[in-house]
Amino acid sequence: MDLQEITWKAFYRKDGKKGIRNKILVIYTVECASFVAKEIVSKAEEPEVEVIGFSGCTDNAYAIRLLIALIRHPNVGAVLVVGLGCEYVQPEWLADVAREAGKPAVWFYIQEQGGTKKSILLGIQLVKKLKDRLQSPKTVSMGFQDLVVGAECGGSDYTSGLAGNVVVGHFFDALVDAGGTAVFEEIVEAIGLVGLLTRRAATQKAEQEIASTYEKALEYCKAVRQYSVSPGNFAGGLSTIEEKSMGAVIKSGSRPIQGVLKVGAPPARHGLWLLDTTPDPHWMQFGITNPNDNEGIMDLISCGAHLVFLVTGRGNVVGSAVAPVIKITGNSRTYLSLQDDIDFDAGQVLSGQCSQEALVQQLFTMVGNVAAGSYTKSEMLGHKEYFIPYKYQEKDVVMRPCKL
Amino acid sequence: MNGKAFQIEKQDNVAIALSELQPGLVNIIGAQCKELEISMRISEGHKFALYDIKAGTAIIKYGVCIGVATRDIVAGTWVHLDCMKSLFDERSSHLDAVTGKPKDIKYE
Repeated sequence: MDLQEITWKAFYRKDGKKGIRNKILVIYTVECASFVAKEIVSKAEEPEVEVIGFSGCTDNAYAIRLLIALIRHPNVGAVLVVGLGCEYVQPEWLADVAREAGKPAVWFYIQEQGGTKKSILLGIQLVKKLKDRLQSPKTVSMGFQDLVVGAECGGSDYTSGLAGNVVVGHFFDALVDAGGTAVFEEIVEAIGLVGLLTRRAATQKAEQEIASTYEKALEYCKAVRQYSVSPGNFAGGLSTIEEKSMGAVIKSGSRPIQGVLKVGAPPARHGLWLLDTTPDPHWMQFGITNPNDNEGIMDLISCGAHLVFLVTGRGNVVGSAVAPVIKITGNSRTYLSLQDDIDFDAGQVLSGQCSQEALVQQLFTMVGNVAAGSYTKSEMLGHKEYFIPYKYQEKDVVMRPCKL
Repeated sequence: MNGKAFQIEKQDNVAIALSELQPGLVNIIGAQCKELEISMRISEGHKFALYDIKAGTAIIKYGVCIGVATRDIVAGTWVHLDCMKSLFDERSSHLDAVTGKPKDIKYE
């Protein structure tokens, strides 16, 4: 399979980006506006209209950066922002961000529209108008060199490190070689492997970024005496955090790491990037690491991932707003029992049914089809999860004076 | 015939059971293909030693050190919490080897 020759039709955005979906986002700016926003989406009955939002009244910088990054995401074509009217988070400013990126955007306050019923009716009309404006989208040819793919793992079992994450690692190597972009995360699951990661740094700056981010994660784990490994992992055969880490990091493949991304930051160039989702030190301990899989998926999408791999061993059913999720398992038993939910069975390689090379080809075929518009299993079922919490995170990597 | 076990990298000194294994000959696949006699039952997803491993030396999986042996380990036996420990997480080697449950804390 020559990856350079595979192309599909993508949606062209005025800021020059290429999207693989053409979504309308309905965004609430405080929990008080969430019911109205969700009703607008459910009554609009359009598969590509979906809701996201932030529940807090205070404008937490991390959450705002996430919302802005999702508005600018190439899979998003238009935006409706719904506010209550007295929150810190400003719907008008969010609509401005969308317009600056060349996307049709409207907003309103529920308090000014006369309450729930009128707001929902107005919202449905506005969504219809936005839909009309997306009717004849400008399309453009897109290939793997334009694609950004994210990867994370959740509900891991021993097969994740043997098959599920392994096929993603091989995929990432080939994607990067074809000029594409790959993002992987979970620095708290890289404990014990700092040398292995810094050795792969593409530049000296990247080496410092990786070492500083690792140091931060290790301090966090030491402080709470808790590593990202649990009784269920031990019962399943994992003996140490280093062992679990390696099973997770293997999904990054073997290519040089260009640097560390913070949540909401787009990669500065093609290649492989490490995403840091852990909170930065703050006197209030704002945010926890890994509250759930959808937080990680959202963070990857905020860095511009057109689609995300979720590697699972025990099984998961989630999808996401904004970008398709391809669920991969290394456990053929899990694949069989959750066949309506899981897209890809990497366990074929453990039973000897399929070679590693053939498996990677299969995954490229699936990704090409999804990028061209085919629905993933979670899209077919209507999964549109999102998770935007309060968290304290710096905008850039805080460099530490580390001993490398 | 017993089930199979998977060895990830050539330099690894452990392999992973792909199904529950009984004492006897096991087919190793992956980085090398060979047969090995194991002397105890190994649960699916758990590791066993491919060679004798001396106390204090590294346990190698994925070609990297995933911890050190806390006592001498005989080839063909189970490698887990009771005979190896993390270089980072001092708590994990004190957990129950079979269930993974903490033994260092009492609830009242």
